[in-house]
Amino acid sequence: MEYTIAAISTAVGEAGIGIVRMSGKDALYIGKQIFKSTRENFQFENKKLHYGHIVDDGKVLDEVLIAFMKAPNTYTREDMVEIYSHGGIIPVKKILELCLKKGASLAEKGEFTKRAFLNGRLDLTQAEAVIDIIKAKSEKSYEVSLRQLEGSITQQVLEIQDILMRMMAFIEANIDFPEDEVEEISHKTLLEDSKKAEERIKKLIDSFDRGKILRDGLNTVILGKPNVGKSSLLNAILKENRAIVTDIPGTTRDIIEEYINIDGIPLKLIDTAGIRETEDYVEKIGVLKTKETINKADLVISLFDVSSDITDEDKKIMELVRDKKIIIMLNKSDLEKKLDENYFIENFPNARIINSSITTGVGIEELIETIKDMFYKEDIKIESEVVLTNIRHKDMLLKAYKSILELEEEIALNEPIDCLEVDIKDAWESLGQITGQSITEDILDKIFSEFCIGK
Amino acid sequence: MQEDIRYNAGEYDCVVVGAGHAGVEAALASARMGLKTLILTISLDAISALSCNPNIGGTGKGHLVREIDALGGQMALNIDKSFIQSRMLNLSKGPAVHSLRVQADKKKYHTEMKKTLENEPNLTLRQAEVVDLIIENNEIRGVVTRTGAVYYTKSCVIATGTYLGGRVYIGEVNFESGPDGRFPSIILSKAMKEKGFFLRRMKTGTPARVDRDSIDFSVMEEQPGDEEIIPFSFMNMGKDFNVKQVSCYLTYTSERAHEIIRENIDRSPMFSGLIEGVGPRYCPSIEDKVVRFPDKEKHQVFIEPEGLDTKEMYVQGVSSSLPEEVQIEVYKNIKGLEKVEFMRTAYAIEYDAIDSTMLKRTLEHKEIKNLFFAGQINGSSGYEEAAAQGLMAGINASLNVLGREPFILDRSEAYIGVLIDDLVTKGTNEPYRMMTSRAEYRLTLRQDNADLRLTKKGYELGLVSRERYEKTLEKERLVNEELDRLKKVIVTPTKEVNEFLYQLTNNTIKTGVSLYDLLKRPELSYDSIKELDPDRPDLPKEIRIQVEIEIKYEGYIKKQMSQIEQFKRMENKAIPEDIDYKQVKSLSTEALQKLEKIRPESIGQASRISGVSPSDINVLLIHLEQLKRRGRLDK
Repeated sequence: MEYTIAAISTAVGEAGIGIVRMSGKDALYIGKQIFKSTRENFQFENKKLHYGHIVDDGKVLDEVLIAFMKAPNTYTREDMVEIYSHGGIIPVKKILELCLKKGASLAEKGEFTKRAFLNGRLDLTQAEAVIDIIKAKSEKSYEVSLRQLEGSITQQVLEIQDILMRMMAFIEANIDFPEDEVEEISHKTLLEDSKKAEERIKKLIDSFDRGKILRDGLNTVILGKPNVGKSSLLNAILKENRAIVTDIPGTTRDIIEEYINIDGIPLKLIDTAGIRETEDYVEKIGVLKTKETINKADLVISLFDVSSDITDEDKKIMELVRDKKIIIMLNKSDLEKKLDENYFIENFPNARIINSSITTGVGIEELIETIKDMFYKEDIKIESEVVLTNIRHKDMLLKAYKSILELEEEIALNEPIDCLEVDIKDAWESLGQITGQSITEDILDKIFSEFCIGK
Repeated sequence: MQEDIRYNAGEYDCVVVGAGHAGVEAALASARMGLKTLILTISLDAISALSCNPNIGGTGKGHLVREIDALGGQMALNIDKSFIQSRMLNLSKGPAVHSLRVQADKKKYHTEMKKTLENEPNLTLRQAEVVDLIIENNEIRGVVTRTGAVYYTKSCVIATGTYLGGRVYIGEVNFESGPDGRFPSIILSKAMKEKGFFLRRMKTGTPARVDRDSIDFSVMEEQPGDEEIIPFSFMNMGKDFNVKQVSCYLTYTSERAHEIIRENIDRSPMFSGLIEGVGPRYCPSIEDKVVRFPDKEKHQVFIEPEGLDTKEMYVQGVSSSLPEEVQIEVYKNIKGLEKVEFMRTAYAIEYDAIDSTMLKRTLEHKEIKNLFFAGQINGSSGYEEAAAQGLMAGINASLNVLGREPFILDRSEAYIGVLIDDLVTKGTNEPYRMMTSRAEYRLTLRQDNADLRLTKKGYELGLVSRERYEKTLEKERLVNEELDRLKKVIVTPTKEVNEFLYQLTNNTIKTGVSLYDLLKRPELSYDSIKELDPDRPDLPKEIRIQVEIEIKYEGYIKKQMSQIEQFKRMENKAIPEDIDYKQVKSLSTEALQKLEKIRPESIGQASRISGVSPSDINVLLIHLEQLKRRGRLDK
């Protein structure tokens, strides 16, 4: 049996459940590590559904059903584990990430089917289809690689690879040309370089969470008293932008999420809908869930009705969002103005203020322009020098990171340089999976360009 | 040539063309495997000539010598008889890259090898220039010599070194020549081209030889040999070598020497474009170094003896194709060579090589049956690289004749496997030198365990003597027993033990620890913990080293073994020889061209061809499965 692969096998946001699937020799082993049954003395049984939780370091990720299917009577003819979780992007991705962390590799497009075929499961006519899938993958990834964001990831990874390559070239030159005038490489220098690489890999990995903005949308919370025009605003933005990506029924009943895309900026609009019905909405905002929602917000759009003055409640709300990026919309500008906007100007100097009349369409355009402006000027913190968006890339970076940490341990133990190189090479090769490079000739080129070698 | 002078000079199982380092190993392997073998050389005085530097071994290369030895080849035994200085390099690094390098007495190296050839049963040694190959129905039938002799043969190994189409360059002067003033092989080069062989030009060079008496050694740094001599051959381990070693000397070029080079650079045929052949990057001429690294104020120069019976000294580091008068001026501006007297001028030599991707992994030509190639003609450089290929070509030529399965070493088994796989799969644009960085599985492919890796295979081939085989089995037994014993001996944290450990490691133990686990600490060695191990058996050095490496490298070796397992899986997926790549749907155009040219033998090999992407490999896998099932349906 081959190494273990894992993937999400349901389309994102498609259904009420999501399925994560693993196939390969360690599928059961990984399954056992991440699944906790509610029963005592639980044992996986072949082709039985079990109920329980997916647990990471004691923390429950989701409530799931899980099935183990023993080779060879499975789709791929390998051991398989399928996990049925709640739908929606977040739970399934978390489960997938956990599988990868425990040793599975991310399946390539069509890989389950490929294995099914190679292991004799599918008939000949289906072979063509498998080839199509594989080909589609390579063309798609070509397309993807053209995308600017991916491009800058590659650039970053190449630079890290370069640090590692230099380390390797030094080590190799030291080993292969002991009598040439190659500077002796010290463990101290290696550690310094290794730290540099470590730091940069770490930064990229950390950016994955920030990159979620680009994957999952900019968390945008719309706040406002009932009848101030939140629903109208939502509808207006949606109408303006036909490019609706998807709409996912709220993962919590209180909050409605809409995904839209403004000229390439994905927005996840969160209307704190549950609040609408209550009279004392400030109290309601105090409710944990809403606070959490605000905490996670990348952007807050706060709506006010200009026909009534600012209340203490309004001020309390504004205090809750003080640290956020804020757009203040002064709605119903067609009505008589009772609201003193100086309060906002004085207390929230960084907030953008827009006068609008949503029902007549005034201010919508300006709002969109303002969001774009804030996003591109990086007013909105995505710290987007480079943002990791691809889970496969993250997987590879994590592998590289692990190798680098091992390397540093071994440097501390003063292990010989040729041993150290094993981990540098591993790290380099994991990164090479992102940039698509191979190692040997590269090292030699580096050696010969850096050192005057030879007799 | 005139057809009418041709005569039938005999029939052989294997004819080897060339008696350099590749040729002699090929011929000895073939003769030792029971084939009636003939080896032909342009000059009997050039057998195993060390035409360039006078040393054998070094990093990567030393690994090859040990592997050749483990398989029953001759190189290690021959150098053990003829070395005049021995050094173990890289001792400050891990044991996997410790590297034996020795200076040879060139004449003795030649004479000893000639003796071995002369005394080998089944082997005929003959001076003759081969001028043509007889190929019928895409199969080798014989070779023709300049004097009309036709030797018919079932198999043939071509190992022409730098003789084939050889041309020597010294400044503006150039002429057809073999190495070191010997006859070149010009007619054969033409004949091969006429037969449709694609030949390309490669280039190498050598420095001047100078008179020992004209050198001022007092301003140079002496480099004596090691006190403890470790032999190359596993058969000689533990043997007393009563060799009086001679020293080498280290000196440097000067800024003035570089100036002279720069002033005359346009007179170098390398820079004027006269030489079309590609030279090796790791073996640059002095003019190359000066041009490529202009900031370097001086370059190293090693003065090495060519032998005990001669005053000729080899000047390592200043190979050159500059005009003779410029060379002399440059050399005179090397510290200690101010009064230098040249004995042989430095030169560059250009020669013919085939495209090595035309060969199978057995080194047999893909299109011409039983015709094998080995050594520099395959685009490699170096005595050791040549010998390794010669041995493998000789073995496989013999196996073909005997109707036995081919013998292939893969990249996880030997440096020899790396060398040949690189040559036949990737090809090479410059003379190929073995380097440890080319070996992915370096930690398991060590000089010290070449016998454990390969001697059994050599024995099965019939190349390795019973004596050698049993020696290896004994080594294996002793190592395993000692490893087992060390796991069982537990050291307890007594005051004395901890004081002892603290001294060596700045650390102590709190619970009982086996000696085996203790040895994993980098600060401790097998020898340094002797005190903690009173019942230790008296073991030879190579066993002690082996035990120590096995323990210290265990973690890394395990990592590597799992990589090797992955690698083997792909290597074991064979691609049928008659596969029609045009029938494989969805291959990229580049992959299709490359696959058709290289015709890899396994999926693993295919994946190492540049231009063949992972998705091409997937497509290929599916195609193979389709073929397999169709085959089953047909039955």
